[in-house]
Amino acid sequence: MKKGRFSILEHELVPKHEIPEGREVAELLDKYKLQKEQLPKIKKSDPVIKEIKAKVGDVVRITRRSRTAGKSLSYRLVIE
Amino acid sequence: MRAKRIKGIKFGLLSSKEIRKMSASRIITPDTYGEDGFPIERGLVNQHIGVIDPGLRCKTCGGRMGECPGHFGHIDLEAPVIHIGYAKLIYRILAATCRKCSRVVLGEEDRKRFLEEIKRQKERQADVGEVVKQVFREAAKSSVCMYCSEPQNPIKYDKPTTYIEIDEDGKERRLMPTDVRERLERIPDEDVLLFGMDPGNARPEWMVLTVLPVPPVTARPSITLESGQRSEDDLTHKLVDIIRINQRFMENRDAGAPQLIIEDLWELLQYHVNTYFDNEIPGVPPARHRSGRPLKTISQRLKGKDGRFRGSLSGKRVNFSARTVISPDPNIDIDEVGVPEEIAKELTITVNVTERNLDVMRGTIKRGKKHPGVNYVRRVDGRKIKVTESNYEALAEELDIGWKVERHIQDGDIVLFNRQPSLHRLSIMAHYVRVMPGRTFRLNPAVCPPYNADYDGDEMNLHVLQTEEARAEAKILMEVQRNIISPRFGRPIIGGIHDYITGLFLLTSGEKRFEKEKVLDILHKIDIEDLGEYGGTFESPVRSEVSGMGFEEVRLSPYWTGKQIFSMILPKQLNLQFRGKMCARCIERGEECKKEQCPREAYVVIKEGNLLCGVIDERAIGSFKGIIIDKIFRQYREEVAKVFINNVSRLAINYIKRTGFSFGISDEDIPREGKEQIREEAVHEAEKKVDELIRAYEGGELEALPGRTLEETLELLIMQELAHARDDSGIIAERYLSIENPGVLMAKSGARGSMLNLTQMAACVGQQSVRGERIKRGYQGRTLPHFKPGDRSADAHGFVRSSFKDGLSPTEYFFHAIGGREALVDTAVRTSQSGYFQRRLINALQDLEVKYDGTVRETKGIVVQFKYGDDSVDPSKGEYGKVVDIDEVIREAIGAESRG
Repeated sequence: MKKGRFSILEHELVPKHEIPEGREVAELLDKYKLQKEQLPKIKKSDPVIKEIKAKVGDVVRITRRSRTAGKSLSYRLVIE
Repeated sequence: MRAKRIKGIKFGLLSSKEIRKMSASRIITPDTYGEDGFPIERGLVNQHIGVIDPGLRCKTCGGRMGECPGHFGHIDLEAPVIHIGYAKLIYRILAATCRKCSRVVLGEEDRKRFLEEIKRQKERQADVGEVVKQVFREAAKSSVCMYCSEPQNPIKYDKPTTYIEIDEDGKERRLMPTDVRERLERIPDEDVLLFGMDPGNARPEWMVLTVLPVPPVTARPSITLESGQRSEDDLTHKLVDIIRINQRFMENRDAGAPQLIIEDLWELLQYHVNTYFDNEIPGVPPARHRSGRPLKTISQRLKGKDGRFRGSLSGKRVNFSARTVISPDPNIDIDEVGVPEEIAKELTITVNVTERNLDVMRGTIKRGKKHPGVNYVRRVDGRKIKVTESNYEALAEELDIGWKVERHIQDGDIVLFNRQPSLHRLSIMAHYVRVMPGRTFRLNPAVCPPYNADYDGDEMNLHVLQTEEARAEAKILMEVQRNIISPRFGRPIIGGIHDYITGLFLLTSGEKRFEKEKVLDILHKIDIEDLGEYGGTFESPVRSEVSGMGFEEVRLSPYWTGKQIFSMILPKQLNLQFRGKMCARCIERGEECKKEQCPREAYVVIKEGNLLCGVIDERAIGSFKGIIIDKIFRQYREEVAKVFINNVSRLAINYIKRTGFSFGISDEDIPREGKEQIREEAVHEAEKKVDELIRAYEGGELEALPGRTLEETLELLIMQELAHARDDSGIIAERYLSIENPGVLMAKSGARGSMLNLTQMAACVGQQSVRGERIKRGYQGRTLPHFKPGDRSADAHGFVRSSFKDGLSPTEYFFHAIGGREALVDTAVRTSQSGYFQRRLINALQDLEVKYDGTVRETKGIVVQFKYGDDSVDPSKGEYGKVVDIDEVIREAIGAESRG
């Protein structure tokens, strides 16, 4: 991070984005019988993807606050 | 012909070769039918291109009318013409290609770049439009061809179909369609790709027509008028014109006519072909019928709301449906629909005759034209026979197993009932038929809210289900009682409205006493076995006759209270406590809730199915709220809830019918002293304060509120003061209008109207506004010539001090009209805009599906949500947005009363 800039991850409106372990992704794909391409997508040019340094083909885990469930998990595939 | 599976659809241009190949006949004569009344050979209605006359056979495929789908013919044009639909594209291509070698005037590098970009876009199945636009822009720039060094001349496009080349000296030369075609022909295939076209499938020169396809006669059938005269379709008329001019052109050219005449005819031919495709080209006079009506040509057939796409292909029409005006009937069940006999005799259900129903069906046919009868029978061999006055007895005898019988719909048949606009799924629900006299559909008013229906002339549609599967599905998913709880907000959408609420409010308020006869009278339409314990006895004088001597005897006769009568329709085990609409929110004001002792009877307690205290109002049984309905639905499911609402209908209507209930203009009366009070205490007071504010403002003593100018502050304070005036006068009016007043009763019970409505009618209409401000528009410095310029007083800016009952002064009336117009415009704009937003939202969401693993996915299986709504709760199934209402479960378990 350059000096004088803040990380967007710290902003309260940006939900938590993480790169989970490969095992977690495999379990996820198995649980829902998914091909990687069937996951929701996120562009690699997305500021948050740049920030956590995810690569194309990675799956990111997004943890959001949810009005109905309190906390909700979602996954996205990083694309070109 | 065997059915074929469509593998793909390809869009492209027709080449002259293709047009000739698919043509069954070359058309050369403009005439249609000959003297003998038969179609002319090689004419526009010839027998090679389709048959529309019964009895004739197609000379191409041998099919009769109805079998032969029709075949295309063609007209050989004597001179090429521009296809009007591609005129603009032709212009762009002309401007982008070399006038000599017809290469696209682009450098090798640019060319390569664009080709690659187009290829990539196509692979992604994306739009190439943007890239092609760039190609045209770049290629038109160059003034010299980089392939043959030919200097390029700018091209001018003269709408609709003329192209002009301007040479170096500024001289203009028209490019005739032949020139255009030549240039387009020279463009190499590799360059055609640059225009986003596929050269195998759409060569540019095909946009200049040399052959015109003639649609089959089946696509332009002529109609025979009563006089026996034939009237041809508009398209045929247009084709006649084209052939005539085409012929004249040929004759003139062959006779060596001067160039000028040839060009004129060419222009005319172009005009006819243009209007043949599209008769609404800007700048071109439309081709007209003899009567002066513009012809409906190809484009007009396809375009617009009633065109082929929106009108015929997307617009579906159905059989087995009926439509008529709706009217109320509180005596039928909520899941029933009253169907007029006339309609019932027209709508049918097909029944397969079996061993078991043979006798019944035979009996039905024997009824002939009377109601539960039969319209058609279909024999085992598939022949359909109409049941008539003369053959029904014979058919009944002949009827056998394996026949099919189209019987009238009758009581108990399940049908779909719908009211447009169908904005949510509750706009179409399944009802059970109840055949009735009269000419309207009858509907229980409790089901009006989901349909958003009223009885001021609304019409509704009815669809008869034709298969066993459809009937089962409708029963399981669409029955009215299964949709009592709205999936939108998880509360009942079906429930009491208007008189249902008034009726039960009157019945259950206070301690009304009814003797046995009265009770039975009120309850006679409801299935109740036991009146239960009576509430007490009262003394009643009874006249007895003993051996001719009449004397009076005082007897104790039992009575039931209104609350007890209402309790009779409640399920026996129901326990419930809640605050009704009458609740004055004592707790919020820091006072203690008196609960059972509530002076307003707002605290409702139901124990073991008995209404112990409180009055039934909108919050108890109304649609959208209906706490009792909600509770019954969750505790006892749909059938019990349905019976409860049915009983509410009957009880409420029966009771209100017997007591009578009316609201008239005199119910808005307020005694003289009340009026005085309103004028003095509310209106005058406020006007005085407004004057003070104005004086303070003019004297410079007024202080601006933060973030506002002085003027805004003044306006704001005046608005506040005047709003206060209306509220105050409402409060004073309320003092003179008790709950005995039918208007107040309706407002307080939630049956109809609000206290504000009553205030405006009885006391003071209040400030009129436009965009949330006082009315300012009009003349310079004033709203109307009745006031002095600069007058800031209340009545000069739309304060209506009169009530509707008293009537408005002319200026007040005008201001009210201004405010009223804004409200009207707002609703008109809102409905159209929200309707469009809804449409877009539904279009975007319609293919999403909740799968069995709880994910929400679209058609390709791509996940949209990993868990439906993050918590997998269907709002209509869960308890107030949660899977279970844990507090309620505990309360029930420990035997406490539910919901405080």
